[in-house]
Amino acid sequence: MLFGLILLLLTLAGCLLFAFPPVWFPPSITAEALAWDGQFRRTLWICGAIFVCAQLLICWTVLRGRSRRGAGAGSHGHRGLEAGWISVTALLFLSLAVAGSRGWARGSTGLAGKEVIDVYAHQFAWTFRYAGPDGIFGHTATEFINDSGGNPAGLDPADPAARDDITAANLRIPAGRDVLLRLHSRDVIHDFFVRELRTKQDIVPGMEIPLELHVDKPGTYEIACAELCGLGHSQMRSLLIVLPDAEYERWKQERWKQEPRQ
Amino acid sequence: MEAKWSLSRLFTTDHRAIARLYFFLSLGAVLLGMALSLVMRFHLVRPDAQVGWFAALWPVGASGGVMTPELYLSLLTLHGTIMVFFVLTLAPLSAFGNLVLPEQLGARSMAFPKLNALSFWITFASFLVLLASCAVAGGGPLSGWTAYPPLSAVGAIAGPGEGAGQTLWFVSIGLFCAGAMLTSINVISTVLDCRGPGMTLMRMPLTCWNWFATAVLSLLSFPVLLAAGMLILLDRLGGTSFFLPAGMLIGDEKMAHAGGSPLLWQHLFWFFGHPEVYIAILPGMGIVSHILATFARKPVFGYRAMVSASFAISFLGMLVWGHHMFISGLSPYSAIAFSLLTMAIGAPSAVKTFNWIATAWNGRLRLTTAMLFALGFVSIFVTGGLSGLFLGQPEIDAYFHDTYFVVAHFHLIMGIAALFGIFAATFYWFPILFGRLLNERLGKVHFYLTFIGAYATFGPMHFAGFAGNPRRYADFTTFDFLQPVLPLQKWITHAAYFLAASQLVFLWNLVWSICRGERAAGNVWESTSLEWCGPNESTAVHCGPYEFNGATEGRDYRMQNEA
Repeated sequence: MLFGLILLLLTLAGCLLFAFPPVWFPPSITAEALAWDGQFRRTLWICGAIFVCAQLLICWTVLRGRSRRGAGAGSHGHRGLEAGWISVTALLFLSLAVAGSRGWARGSTGLAGKEVIDVYAHQFAWTFRYAGPDGIFGHTATEFINDSGGNPAGLDPADPAARDDITAANLRIPAGRDVLLRLHSRDVIHDFFVRELRTKQDIVPGMEIPLELHVDKPGTYEIACAELCGLGHSQMRSLLIVLPDAEYERWKQERWKQEPRQ
Repeated sequence: MEAKWSLSRLFTTDHRAIARLYFFLSLGAVLLGMALSLVMRFHLVRPDAQVGWFAALWPVGASGGVMTPELYLSLLTLHGTIMVFFVLTLAPLSAFGNLVLPEQLGARSMAFPKLNALSFWITFASFLVLLASCAVAGGGPLSGWTAYPPLSAVGAIAGPGEGAGQTLWFVSIGLFCAGAMLTSINVISTVLDCRGPGMTLMRMPLTCWNWFATAVLSLLSFPVLLAAGMLILLDRLGGTSFFLPAGMLIGDEKMAHAGGSPLLWQHLFWFFGHPEVYIAILPGMGIVSHILATFARKPVFGYRAMVSASFAISFLGMLVWGHHMFISGLSPYSAIAFSLLTMAIGAPSAVKTFNWIATAWNGRLRLTTAMLFALGFVSIFVTGGLSGLFLGQPEIDAYFHDTYFVVAHFHLIMGIAALFGIFAATFYWFPILFGRLLNERLGKVHFYLTFIGAYATFGPMHFAGFAGNPRRYADFTTFDFLQPVLPLQKWITHAAYFLAASQLVFLWNLVWSICRGERAAGNVWESTSLEWCGPNESTAVHCGPYEFNGATEGRDYRMQNEA
């Protein structure tokens, strides 16, 4: 009796939590993130319905089982019933998986027309590199990396194409344009996580991993590291600053002028 | 005399005595793991607090009484390792499997009693090495229980605790793997070779089927972790580069390694790690099926389907390790295959759930503490399983991966559900463990407090995940977006205190009942399986395990050895 009542109350409390959530998602800022919200809602409704039905069924079983004396010659099973619920759940879950994979694994559309930015993660900071006025990313190598000397990306001083490259500690991107981030780590695994993009991507040393985005609305969002990377993991913060295109170009110009040339 | 008595007791080959050793080892481990979680929860909501005894306990990691991030992360690593390996792997399979499996089969002993003792002592040594890993200079490792390289593979340069501490951690895990492999060989052999007369496979109680499936999973997955651990030890100590790529610069030091892949470790680790989830939960599923039937006074609904579902879950469970790697840099196309297989596990899991409910449906329920924990298990299993439907979709996982949503998910489905299975087993088989009964009144108080506490702790935790709160953060002070989540985190901390305090009721019950509990005689629960028959009774089996149809005069059940 008590069990049924407590489970009933817990189920109710669970529903109330969703009716009056203590915290919720931040607004999404890309088309993919909006699609994510849709798929999340679909999954939530399906899982919510199963949750409530299953918990109530357990409550009912306990409340009813106690109240009826001498009931129930024990059945050893029922093939039709079992075949029914296995097919229904399998169909439901698999169609959810199919719906959920539509927004996944879109093929890359190449570099053309994209603003390419290199992302360098390391214990426990972020560096972002832009190609500079020549539009070419210069050569980089581990031996040139010098954090205190202002060269966290390891730009090769002998390469003319590297000399005009811009580095910054926050990630500025132009609004309304396709952006390609190329993620690099020099030490351990980090992770690029921006909640408003509804996605995250591990950054693995030895690999260059692409991440494409297209944000229309200017704004400032926090970048968090989401893969345990050492004692400073929870301090590994940066900002994603989405600027109107003209302002973004102006910022690059100014930044280029300020950049100490080696 | 005294020394000889205790030594022979200690190095026993008796399966019940070994079961008791495992029981107490995992009890000690769970108390330590729980204490660690409380300290961690405290630190998360009061990161700047100065605590006198922190400084006394960890003069380096908490000098001045304020916990450093590296100490927090080492406690997190120890908590995860202890709970996954020494609690969730040992208690369900090694403790209760050893206790009951041979007797339920009519075997009276495990196939290899000496091997059995050896597994325990290797496991015990593994536990000591794990504790030692936190006592060496630099402190315990801080790379989490998943120990992803390069962080875990390049030595002290990657952080305090990554020196000797991390090396010892891998040694401990290697030893544990060896012990687990020996146990699984023993369980498999016992099931296949030592069944008593009349005990056909399809007459085995579901507990035995699930221990068998668990042992098969163990045998297939622990060797992989053992091999991976050896490779990473070679990377750490022998200068090899299995998991380390070229061009790494850690701190200011250029690494000489070249040619390895950090993702290779993740493949090997999760090839073990995902089956490990089922190693933890399958025995609980068997125990719950058995207990539901016993206390609903009804046969298990769909015995064959339950057996098939266990093996379907095990088989699919071997094929879904990639869902831990959706955002790791793995090809996004492989994620779709892993996703479909993962979601497919929902089907046999749903069969189990429906069949449990159908077993209890219309039954003359006896709501003993064991039965309450079994019903609680079903409830928690549903709740924890449903969040898996979010995480099984790569796109949805990309947001929730490494957030508190995942923490809530696996604590419910792997932690609390398996723990409910362990509690149910403890109450049910206490007469066989210690010859006495646990106190039912205290047991029920403990159950209700634990049930409420578990939901109060891990239910709201999903919302921290909605807010994108990353896990494995030593504090929530740096990020603006985490400030609104803090009140919720405070609630979770207080709920965790409540949950932990509720366990004092169990501890008191345990200690009191071992010494003073009501003596149990014979078949106290009116069960059907062979572990309840008397020492001089025949163990020849004449019927299936769940005959609750009033077949025998004056009773509603028929024991398996009744002609």
